[in-house]
Amino acid sequence: MNWEVIIPLLIFLVIIFFIGVWSSRKGAQVSDENFLQDYFLGGRELGGFVLAMTMVATYGSASSFLGGPGTAYTMGFGWVLLAMSQVVTGYFVLMVLGKKFAIMARRYQALTLVDFLKARYNSAPVVILSAAAIIIFLFSAMAAQWIGGARLVESLTGLSYHTALVIFALSVLVYVTIGGFRAVAVTDAVQGGVMVIGTLILLGGVVIAGGGVTNIINDLVSENPNLVTPFGADGNLGKAYVSSFWILVGVGVVGLPQIAVRSMSYKSSKSMHRALIIGTVVTGVIMLNMHLIGVFARPILPGIDVGDKVIPLISMEVLPAWLAGIVLAAPMAAIMSTVDSLLILVSSTVVKDVYLNYIKPDASIKAIKRASFGVTAVLGIIVYILALDPPDLLIFLNLFAFGGLEAAFIWPIVLGLYWKYANKYGAIASMIVGIGSYIAIHFYNQANGNLFGVHTVTLPILLSFVAFIIFSLVMKQEAYDYERIRKGEIA
Amino acid sequence: MDNRDKTDWRFKVANREALIGCGLALLNFIWWFGFAYGMGSRPVEEYSYIMGMPDWFFYSCVVGFILTTVLVIFVVTVFFKEVPFEEEEEMQ
Repeated sequence: MNWEVIIPLLIFLVIIFFIGVWSSRKGAQVSDENFLQDYFLGGRELGGFVLAMTMVATYGSASSFLGGPGTAYTMGFGWVLLAMSQVVTGYFVLMVLGKKFAIMARRYQALTLVDFLKARYNSAPVVILSAAAIIIFLFSAMAAQWIGGARLVESLTGLSYHTALVIFALSVLVYVTIGGFRAVAVTDAVQGGVMVIGTLILLGGVVIAGGGVTNIINDLVSENPNLVTPFGADGNLGKAYVSSFWILVGVGVVGLPQIAVRSMSYKSSKSMHRALIIGTVVTGVIMLNMHLIGVFARPILPGIDVGDKVIPLISMEVLPAWLAGIVLAAPMAAIMSTVDSLLILVSSTVVKDVYLNYIKPDASIKAIKRASFGVTAVLGIIVYILALDPPDLLIFLNLFAFGGLEAAFIWPIVLGLYWKYANKYGAIASMIVGIGSYIAIHFYNQANGNLFGVHTVTLPILLSFVAFIIFSLVMKQEAYDYERIRKGEIA
Repeated sequence: MDNRDKTDWRFKVANREALIGCGLALLNFIWWFGFAYGMGSRPVEEYSYIMGMPDWFFYSCVVGFILTTVLVIFVVTVFFKEVPFEEEEEMQ
């Protein structure tokens, strides 16, 4: 075992653990009636820096730190170009959901995305559909990240997969369970910081090891000139395909529940303004650096065939072991910060949207508290057990988690906020069409290649938009009064 | 007081800022796409290199990112308004 790498990683885990526990103490001082808002939304008091970091860190997952750079290693600059479509998420989500979402969420006293949809559309099918989509898809996404985390610990430390999984699971589970959303957000901020610093150090190390950027580029051109074009190593990375990632990992991110819920957690418009700027810079720096590292690693360490291993291998190649340990805390941070956010979100959906809505609406504060801690812990343990020997169904569901959720939620959220004729018929149709067509097109694309040369997500987002508009207008044309709730007519 | 009751003034601010967000994303996309495929479609031998990177990439992704950041800072400081999020029921 490589102790010089392991020790910095362990120190990182311990620090995260204590920050999580420490931030949970603030929650203990909150009065009972505010418990839910505090546990699942951090009391709506995130400042700009923490808000920006928790958005970036939740969004930046194993794929930004391991899979993405690994693909850039094989594809060249075309994939860095594709990855840069993510910069838009840094400002777009907060600008579009923005103040209206913050105001409406407070007006509805919504703590979860489902709460918001419930209040806006006033319809049981909308609540059930959205809660089911969140629980099923995000649960499998969480398990997939969890597996990725354990594999990373395994490959870095030489521990067995099971031991790695226990270490990883325990460190996340404890602070999320006791600390709730605030612990998640605060640890996300630290993890985001680690991610930025880690990528900067590693990029520097790679450029130096490769003898400067010009040198690296010359090596790439002499190996395969396509590597420095926007069209990928084989020249078959199409314009339409790459551009469609602006929907999948760019503007479509508005529809991801784990991101949207953060847009109701901030304290004031001042924190939102700061978060816009910080979020854009941090997303851009991380994405640009990580994917450039992937490309630049190619001439230095040729012949890596498993994409996920590029970042761990290149770190250990170009950096001293102890520094590699610090840098490799970055992908670990990325995975942890995604997992913890998904865990608290799925837990809030189970407790708030299922248990309190349908099972026991009159639960006492004590019962709610017990349920919140209990559900979070139990969910974590179930994921742990599933990750021990991941069932195929889980892997399968994870394929739809990202794009499927976007197609399901983007229009019910965005049109619900800004279009007064949006109603429950539109929302239900949009969710069903979104998820249904996503699954159908996924299979079509697998069998026949990409329809119209674009990523699977593109058509479902268009189709669910059309379904939303048609069903809203045809079924019942009635303007929604955003002001009505203020006069206490609905609750 | 009456006109506030009709449409919350904060919603106008919110709508305008959401539209600014869409405009910015569109601009961002055009810049990114234009340089990447406008310059990147030339044969590799014709590429020039800036700070070691292929020119199309430098303009599209590096300059594009810096420009986006500058625009976000500009838009937020100049056009974005601070509004209270809590309801002002007692003031009515």
